[in-house]
Amino acid sequence: MGLEIGLGHYLTVAAILFTLGVFGIFLNRKNVIVILMSVELILLAVNLNLVAFSAHLNDLQGQVFALMILTVAAAEAAIGLAILVIFYRNRGSIAVEDANVLKG
Amino acid sequence: MNSDIVDFASVAPAYPELVVAIGALVLVVLGVAINKERSSLISWLGVLILVAAGAVALLNPSDGVLFNGVFIADAFARYMKLLVLGGAALSLILAMPNSEANGVHKFEYSILAVLATLGMMIMVSANDLMSLYVGLELQSLALYVMAAIKRDDSRATEAGLKYFVLGALSSGMLLYGASLVYGFTGHTNLTEIVGAIAMEGRSVGLVFGMVFLLAGVAFKISAVPFHMWTPDVYEGAPTPVTAFFAMAPKVAAMSMMIRLVMDTFQPITSDWQQVIVFLSIASMVLAAFAAIGQKSLKRLIAYSSIGHVGFALVGLSSGTQVGVEGVAIYMAIYVTMTVGLFACILSLRNENGYVETIDDLAGAAQTRPFVAAIMAILMFSLIGMPPLAGFFAKWHVFLAAIEANLYVLSVIGVLASAVSAYYYLRVVKTMYFDEPKSTFIAVPNELNIILGVSAFLVVTYYFSVGSSLTSWAHTAAGSLF
Repeated sequence: MGLEIGLGHYLTVAAILFTLGVFGIFLNRKNVIVILMSVELILLAVNLNLVAFSAHLNDLQGQVFALMILTVAAAEAAIGLAILVIFYRNRGSIAVEDANVLKG
Repeated sequence: MNSDIVDFASVAPAYPELVVAIGALVLVVLGVAINKERSSLISWLGVLILVAAGAVALLNPSDGVLFNGVFIADAFARYMKLLVLGGAALSLILAMPNSEANGVHKFEYSILAVLATLGMMIMVSANDLMSLYVGLELQSLALYVMAAIKRDDSRATEAGLKYFVLGALSSGMLLYGASLVYGFTGHTNLTEIVGAIAMEGRSVGLVFGMVFLLAGVAFKISAVPFHMWTPDVYEGAPTPVTAFFAMAPKVAAMSMMIRLVMDTFQPITSDWQQVIVFLSIASMVLAAFAAIGQKSLKRLIAYSSIGHVGFALVGLSSGTQVGVEGVAIYMAIYVTMTVGLFACILSLRNENGYVETIDDLAGAAQTRPFVAAIMAILMFSLIGMPPLAGFFAKWHVFLAAIEANLYVLSVIGVLASAVSAYYYLRVVKTMYFDEPKSTFIAVPNELNIILGVSAFLVVTYYFSVGSSLTSWAHTAAGSLF
């Protein structure tokens, strides 16, 4: 009775999250912090994919991969925020439209 | 699962990586322990570590698959690793003169460069989606910091921020692709993935995953349409950092691309071929036209490097051993020309600092005839004029494409190459025929040596290193088939 939640549902949710993350990076014109959040969203979509596949295939490797991604994502966020801090010190702003000195 | 590591000798294929990894950790301790002002010692030790790793790879070649299949050392990995190590070591030497003015005098810079190189070596030797990702991130995280190392400079920090955002996006796309490939083949090990694809055939999910994976790597080699970060980062980052970005990371990402398409996705060649042909044509054509309007010298070089990636991909599109051989030769010649080019740019300083725009080069031939002559030679080589090295690079990749019946691609490539001659020659014209606006300061010795050697290799390529490089690239390409 009721709807069985299968692999396809997980993949759909992950695909939606991934798309939201990519659009969050490109359509967001306000704040760089939102971009960092979008990057996290992309990585979490990937993790959801990996864990869903791992459960479906009955294979542990996907979960190991997901743990690696979690670890690296933490380091990535730390470096991103550090770069954002020095950017703010130089410009006094973290608005996306203020990152405009370099263009050709 | 039993470990395949029983004693120290059993990790022999990974000795170069171990040298770099342990060396980087020693450098961290040394850098903190000794006086911060004397960072040139750390820089030279960094160069020494990279050279030592290269010597280990060269003198004690050992093939094998290690660490439960995530790491592979073969002739191809060794060839690419030597290129990566050479490019990284040379760009560390390039960073030494006037390091203060470039903001790369901090000892952390050399350590980050060594760690990035370690990441690149792991990328080159990756035989599993996981080690591929970890190597790529080790490289990328170090590069993000290097781009923003001049932290009181608003252009450098903006370059760092842009590189970080687009780099993180590309890692995300690569991972999404990796998750789909894992899901539809059931393996993360590249060797097992080939087997699974060969057994079960292609599925839509697998092709989707492959496209995402290749898009992620295309970001790293800055192939069009994933090139947007390149001109901004090249322009904003300090010039020695740009030199680093232009050489080793390109080679590492290109060799990762080669291993993925020639090995892992070999059973679905017709699918990936379309992607690579598209990337190749788009890169060659866009770079040739976009570079024409550039005023900044470093932006021009950025578009030039995008174009060269397009030419290298011509060889890869053929999907044959000759093609891989062509790409391997192309990358070696590209590194040689790029190191000379950046040595030229770092040599040309006037009282206001480094040359920024192409117009700043005006009259360089009168005050610095040696540097200007070498820069002109390198420009002709980048165009692909015979008998310079750049001609042979293009000859090998176009030959492979024609053998694989990719006539349209070859014709577009040759036409793009002809268009690109315009912007390269504009640099030569500015140096030789425009009125000098300022005088240039004397050139440091390290740069003169690098300039001379690079120009010597480019000019005498056919008679000196050409045949040995070709046979070496042949062995390297052969190990993938």
